[in-house]
Amino acid sequence: MNIVVLVKQVPDMEQVKFNREKGTVDRSSAGAEVNPFDLNALETAVSIRELTGNAHVCAVSMGPPQAANALRECIARGADDALLVSDAKFGGSDTRATSLILAAAVRAAGPFDLVIAGEKTVDGDTGQVGPELAEYLGLPHAGYVSAVQSVGEDSLDVVSDIWEGTFLKRLKFPALISVTKDINQPRLPSFRSKMAARKAEIRSVGFDGLTEYLKPENVGFKGSPTKVKKIEVPPALTRDGHVYREDEAGDGLDALLAAIGERRIL
Amino acid sequence: MQKVGKGILVLAEQKHGKLHKVTYELLGKAAELSRKCGLPVWCAVAGPEELPVEELVFRGAQTVFFGADKRFDTPDELLLTRFFKQVVRDTEPGICLMGATSFGRSVAPRLAAALGTGLTADCTGLELDEDGRLVQIRPAFSENILAHIKTDTLPQMATVRYKEFPEAARDEGRKGEVVRVELPDPADRLAEVVSELKSQEADISDAEVIVAAGRGVKEAKDLGMIRELAELLGGQVGASRAIVDDGLIGRECQVGYSGSRVKPKLYIACGISGAPQHLAGMRESGYIAAINSDPSAPIFNIADIGICEDLYRAVPELIRKIRAAKDK
Repeated sequence: MNIVVLVKQVPDMEQVKFNREKGTVDRSSAGAEVNPFDLNALETAVSIRELTGNAHVCAVSMGPPQAANALRECIARGADDALLVSDAKFGGSDTRATSLILAAAVRAAGPFDLVIAGEKTVDGDTGQVGPELAEYLGLPHAGYVSAVQSVGEDSLDVVSDIWEGTFLKRLKFPALISVTKDINQPRLPSFRSKMAARKAEIRSVGFDGLTEYLKPENVGFKGSPTKVKKIEVPPALTRDGHVYREDEAGDGLDALLAAIGERRIL
Repeated sequence: MQKVGKGILVLAEQKHGKLHKVTYELLGKAAELSRKCGLPVWCAVAGPEELPVEELVFRGAQTVFFGADKRFDTPDELLLTRFFKQVVRDTEPGICLMGATSFGRSVAPRLAAALGTGLTADCTGLELDEDGRLVQIRPAFSENILAHIKTDTLPQMATVRYKEFPEAARDEGRKGEVVRVELPDPADRLAEVVSELKSQEADISDAEVIVAAGRGVKEAKDLGMIRELAELLGGQVGASRAIVDDGLIGRECQVGYSGSRVKPKLYIACGISGAPQHLAGMRESGYIAAINSDPSAPIFNIADIGICEDLYRAVPELIRKIRAAKDK
């Protein structure tokens, strides 16, 4: 069974600086890491391999050349193989262009049974690439997957937290799932696997390797129907409520009680 | 103003014959956009025969495209995508809006891909520019920035956050047309919903009052007083990520960037320090009260009232005071 895991390298959000006056985002001092949600996707793939005993896990990432580091980390965490999808032509891609490029890369990489994505990325925040990719590849998909119940010969059963409920869904292979952070606790790489991953070969493919599946007008900034026209960094919301000290806590609770009364909550 | 496309299409959401309220919010926004650009407001809905589609007319839809079939009584993305795609192909709207609920966020990207158009996720604002194009405003970078986005292709598609816009007013005097839509051929069953394991009893984003607990709560049994307070106020219990990760309380209670975004009338944060990830989920609450023993806790910066006191003393005392007030 061939499993593809989609991975994105993202800035460490704790380190990104937002300039509220100038309305700019500065990621230069922020380190890069694997999108946290994607680690759950990778862990899901690795556990399916452990369960079935015969799966091959390939991590695929679209990004600049340095995204190879994110793929190395995936290998250290259990991926068998990795593919970097990188080309200057891909810069500025929105979710549609990204999904089309990833669809081409997944097709070009050979036969597959299952694609696993994280719920969303912490920088883009859209959660759209998984289901868009599923549509472009003609696959069934399940979103918000919090458990893989069973993996059969030609289908898998997953628990999908969707539609204000929890549903058991059966998807025929090939299929795509996007997983939530609840699905598992990603394992940490061992020292040995880290060392091995350093030497691992990361395959790379660019636009020229995907021309069979991809048109030049569908990639990058010009292939992206959605365009960011303006960025605003809104002021941090603050309220200047009174803070009652410990020795005035009783007064504070009375004031809170009054506020509750005013709102006709009781 | 120039008309872009032929209408504004709201893609409704329903579950077991009950319409999701985000649909009414979208109809309200669509009516507002319609007043500026002159395009009609339409609504596409698929669900069981007994679905009260006239409600959509009362809320402002001039035409409702109704796919009546019990197959829509399950969350089947493939099937619903086919239905919406057919309505969009037949009607050529300039704008398509869907709720950014879990199901909406799972269907809308498929539909956008099927239509070959762009999609903007999770919008919190929608405006029209001078050319009648849709300006879609959405938070990104873990809620730190607001991006203004325009779409080159048609329809201009967006998912819109629940509880962001007011519901359209209901008016039984409104007249509209309900058009039955023939369903596409039964899907080749690539996906099937085997069963509904659990239905969410109460959605925390619908709560008017939330009493939320954080790291200040040491043990699961101590959540009893948080529940008691929530019940007294007719509200629900919320939680920070920390105690959800520690297994003290279920994920459905988590408020924050990676949990639910809430906007209750009253939010009482008990023993929550106020990490940015938590604030992102509750900062728009009507009235925020914070109880925390640490005077430097960031939660106090966004609180309307702060009480710097150990929650183990303050919460039981507040419960006593509320009971006393109720007895009066």
